[in-house]
Amino acid sequence: MNGETTRHDQPPTSAKSGQMWGTSGSTSRRQFLRTWSLAVPAMLLALRSKAVAIWFTGETPNYNAKEHRYGMGIDVDKCIGCGRCAEACKNENDVPREPFYFRTWVERYVITPGDTLVDSPNGGIDGFPPTTSEKGILRTFFVPKLCNHCEDPPCVQVCPVGATFSTEDGVVLVDQDYCVGCRYCVQACPYGARFVNPKTHTADKCTFCYHRLVKGLQPACVEVCPNGARIFGDIRQRSSPLARFQRMRKLHTLKPHLNTKPKVYYADLDEEVR
Amino acid sequence: MEASLAEVLRQVTGYIYPNEVELHWSVLIVLYPYLTGLVAGAFILASLVRVFNVKEVQPTYRLSLLTALAFLIVAPLPLLAHLGHPERSFEMFLTPNVHSAMAMFGFVYAWYLTVVLLLEIWFDYRKDMILWSREESGLKRWLHKLLTLGVFDLDAQSLRFDRTAGRVITVIGIPSAFLLHGYVGFIFGSVKANPWWSSVLMPIVFLFSAIVSGIALMLLLYMFSTLLRSKALDMVCLDKLASFLFYALIVDFSLEMLDFIHRLYEAEESIRILGQLVASRLFVSLVVVQALMGTVIPLLILGIVSPALRGRSRGLVMLPDELRRLLYAGAATLIQIGIFSTRWNVVIGGQLFSKSLRGLTVYKMQLLGGEGLFVAGLLLLLPFVILMTLIWLLPPWPDQEAEVPAREIEPERQLQPEEAAAIASEA
Repeated sequence: MNGETTRHDQPPTSAKSGQMWGTSGSTSRRQFLRTWSLAVPAMLLALRSKAVAIWFTGETPNYNAKEHRYGMGIDVDKCIGCGRCAEACKNENDVPREPFYFRTWVERYVITPGDTLVDSPNGGIDGFPPTTSEKGILRTFFVPKLCNHCEDPPCVQVCPVGATFSTEDGVVLVDQDYCVGCRYCVQACPYGARFVNPKTHTADKCTFCYHRLVKGLQPACVEVCPNGARIFGDIRQRSSPLARFQRMRKLHTLKPHLNTKPKVYYADLDEEVR
Repeated sequence: MEASLAEVLRQVTGYIYPNEVELHWSVLIVLYPYLTGLVAGAFILASLVRVFNVKEVQPTYRLSLLTALAFLIVAPLPLLAHLGHPERSFEMFLTPNVHSAMAMFGFVYAWYLTVVLLLEIWFDYRKDMILWSREESGLKRWLHKLLTLGVFDLDAQSLRFDRTAGRVITVIGIPSAFLLHGYVGFIFGSVKANPWWSSVLMPIVFLFSAIVSGIALMLLLYMFSTLLRSKALDMVCLDKLASFLFYALIVDFSLEMLDFIHRLYEAEESIRILGQLVASRLFVSLVVVQALMGTVIPLLILGIVSPALRGRSRGLVMLPDELRRLLYAGAATLIQIGIFSTRWNVVIGGQLFSKSLRGLTVYKMQLLGGEGLFVAGLLLLLPFVILMTLIWLLPPWPDQEAEVPAREIEPERQLQPEEAAAIASEA
């Protein structure tokens, strides 16, 4: 996990601050003092702000995992199948580009009387080909899929060395320095959410972009969704978009009969979705 | 790798989750339950002699023990070869996740290897090793001396202790053999995500198929080894082995049918895709090889030819010895192929359908490469190489068993004057 939390921690380029130094070249002492008398308190104030502190240090001061319990809501009817989420995930998390490895993907369902066609070409990243015929289609929709970060994850149960684990804030992660690559977790996941990374030869999966969470940011897939189909947040917080989503919508989880207690909640989920 | 996955993607029918294009457990994982099944089966056969006093199969007793050991040594190798990071495998011993069935493998394996097999073989061979080492020279002499671990007692009390200890270990060994292979069944049977595997019957089916495969292997090994040594085959032993094989196969077949009918009758949501799986991808390996060739035909042969049904060493059809043992060998070979198919159908079959229950994929076995056919073949041959070495070191043949001289059994007894005179004159 260390590798993942530190990957995006480079300090930002300081183009703006460079400009500021440039303009102070021929100023008088008075101007200099005037500028700095404003700039220094402003900078001090800014440094106190959490976001700026993270921006500079790459670390999250006082992040307490116990204070959070993450989950995701998916508004099925809002998903337009653009695949931006799957694309953003691959970019953000360095997921191999081949069409066999996905931390998140989008499925298309085309339901006709007596038949249900499902496809997800390249996880939906390149869009979907037109359906052969519009006639006879009862309903059609897109469903984003990802790790459900189950409360009772079968993958965590079966890992022989404890390399995959649930964090205190409710995220299921894999320790890539510890995983032996036995693939039992891949077999145990009912949702096909895991793969073995061909570079590391260890199990790989959605982390809810944990490296972003600890900085107070949203997962990449949520950030890029143009239609707000993915709602991320703390499931215990009373006032948040996710809490509102949970209060206002009828929710389903995937394969509830397996008793894994997923924390990805779907609104308007069709019975054909597995 | 990517090219072969792209090829698989082209052959997918229906819809599978994108991460399911890569098949995760290869032919090496087929070998694992196959090899441990042979271990458990061979041991159960040995226990028939030791605990249940089935005297007829005595000629196979020591050979069974050595076979079990040879296959047990190889059993973890396919697992190790398949790991993404084999160098981290020791973590399963050091920091096991106690909730994981797989983490228990090391402990079940270590228990079976050291407490059951090695101890039983040691107690059984101790006196022979002492006596052999006296008459040998060179490497073998030193190896045998070393293997006695310095316990050179041959008096009546020590020999009695060897026998009692051997018996106790076998009694412990029977549930351990059940544990070893039942556990392998549990690894698959407890995966609730996979409807092809998830069944409480899985450990029991594994167990009985293990007994079947073990007896069939010992029948073949006994025939070949006796042939190679140009000795006469003990037909009473062969008939008994064939009868036991028949009984075990009946139980195994009944359990398989129970599982099949139960699934069909319950008809859960997975029934449609599993039906497609059996009718298409697994038709040859399941219906033709496992059920017909590996079960029905051997059942017919053994039922008719062996004394299993009629008893008193007479089959339903009386055949001359030569033809009978040829048919036994044929049936045992078919069973062996059938059991391998059984393992294949469980391990590979369970990965050929999508957990979305909407599509089927294919398995492209590599020829070379770490998880290919070549490595699998090597790992199947290796137990026989180890077995040959073990046979060289510890000959399992009843005619080579060493007799303890009477005067060593009771050294404390006062010699009668005439006995003392006889020994003196011999000297």
